[in-house]
Amino acid sequence: MTKDDIEKLVRGELARIAPDIDPDAIDRDGDLREECDIDSLDFLNLVTALGKALSMPMPEADYPAMRSLNGLVAYLSRGSAASAG
Amino acid sequence: MGEFRMPSLGADMEAGTLVEWLKAPGDRVARGDIIAVVETQKGAIEIEVFEDGTLDRTLVEVGAKVPVGTPLAVIRATGEAAAEVAKAPAPIPAPKPEAPKPKPAPRAEPSRAPEAGARLRITPAAFRAAEKLGLDPERLRAIRGTGPDGAITLGDIEAAAEAAPEAPGPMTEMRAAIAAAMARSKREIPHYYLAQSVDLTRASDFLTAANAGRAPENRLLLGVMFLSSVVRAAQDYPEFNGHFIDGAFRPAPKIHAAMAVALRGGGLVAPAILDSGDCDLDTLMTRMRDTLGRVRAGRFRARELSEATITVTSLGERGVETLFGVIQPPQVAIVGFGSPAERPVVQDGKLAAALTTTVTLAADHRVSDGHRGALFLRAIDRHLQEVTAS
Repeated sequence: MTKDDIEKLVRGELARIAPDIDPDAIDRDGDLREECDIDSLDFLNLVTALGKALSMPMPEADYPAMRSLNGLVAYLSRGSAASAG
Repeated sequence: MGEFRMPSLGADMEAGTLVEWLKAPGDRVARGDIIAVVETQKGAIEIEVFEDGTLDRTLVEVGAKVPVGTPLAVIRATGEAAAEVAKAPAPIPAPKPEAPKPKPAPRAEPSRAPEAGARLRITPAAFRAAEKLGLDPERLRAIRGTGPDGAITLGDIEAAAEAAPEAPGPMTEMRAAIAAAMARSKREIPHYYLAQSVDLTRASDFLTAANAGRAPENRLLLGVMFLSSVVRAAQDYPEFNGHFIDGAFRPAPKIHAAMAVALRGGGLVAPAILDSGDCDLDTLMTRMRDTLGRVRAGRFRARELSEATITVTSLGERGVETLFGVIQPPQVAIVGFGSPAERPVVQDGKLAAALTTTVTLAADHRVSDGHRGALFLRAIDRHLQEVTAS
């Protein structure tokens, strides 16, 4: 998966959870929960959906790396590159 | 032969609109089946049937708005013969779109308007009605009374209220439902409030260990531990679990703990996890995810609103330290959890930083007193310290 594919995937899942948020309008380095006004269950649903889509375990210990939109996309890119070989 | 009625989904609900029949006459139904969808102030609600049998006939057409308690359908018990069709009343039809009624013409008979500054002539019943409607004195002076000596009568107030423009500002149906329930709560329920700071170190360590080996879909959240601790404490202290109806407290035999949920775009609903007393932590988490998923999709079940016995409200991670809830009538208690954060605590005589939250109780003083309330709050604390995977 390219970084663009991952960006598209994350935006798709975010739109499902926070349909009122424009991902172009948020601070990509800000805390995703603050930026998108999502709670811990929303975040868990996001992590669940992304983990399933990319076959990644998404451990809680890595949550800090997924804190912002940029961080999350970078984390997923690294993970999907690693699992692809 | 049983009648299936429009259920009451809360003290503030007066009517609902039938939007969908999910079963047709002749279909077999079992207790717990969802047979209809009703639109209320709180959104679309799925309605369950309470007996086994066959849907004999429906009495209300899709689109009809009917008061709470109106028979919606007839359920024939297993083995019972079908009712004679001739006896069946005509279904309540859906309203036909009709042209807006013309406003009644202003009263022709001359009636004296009170002069400015003069004492307002108004009957006591009319005054009370005006107060209830929030009509200010300026508005009252503008009303031409039709009673003796130009006194404003109840009828005049009602006519004025009908002619009045809509209240300023958008007041959505859900906002109105919240307003009605909360106003009733503050009017009728003498709340008392208690708060306790609770160390979450153990609960948090437990979660970290439990979630380490789990796939995301099986992970637990702190919120479910809060819910579970309240459920367990309510088992120990039944005077916080139940309903105050007709001047008496009726403890509930089961615990149906509701979670207050803020909706995106505004509004609040508090669906219950039915029989939460019978759930272990994992089951409670699954049920919580399922319920909140449906709530956010705008669809939940009637019993989840009407049968809640106690409410838990939590600010999550991004709120403030402490929140005091407003009890949802006819319930008698609401437990609030502030946002967890690292705060100074004293451990073994030394100052340390620990993850803590403030747990609060707002309870009905007609039913319980501060002493028992304090024990209840401490039981919640204790259950949060004694967490196990159970």
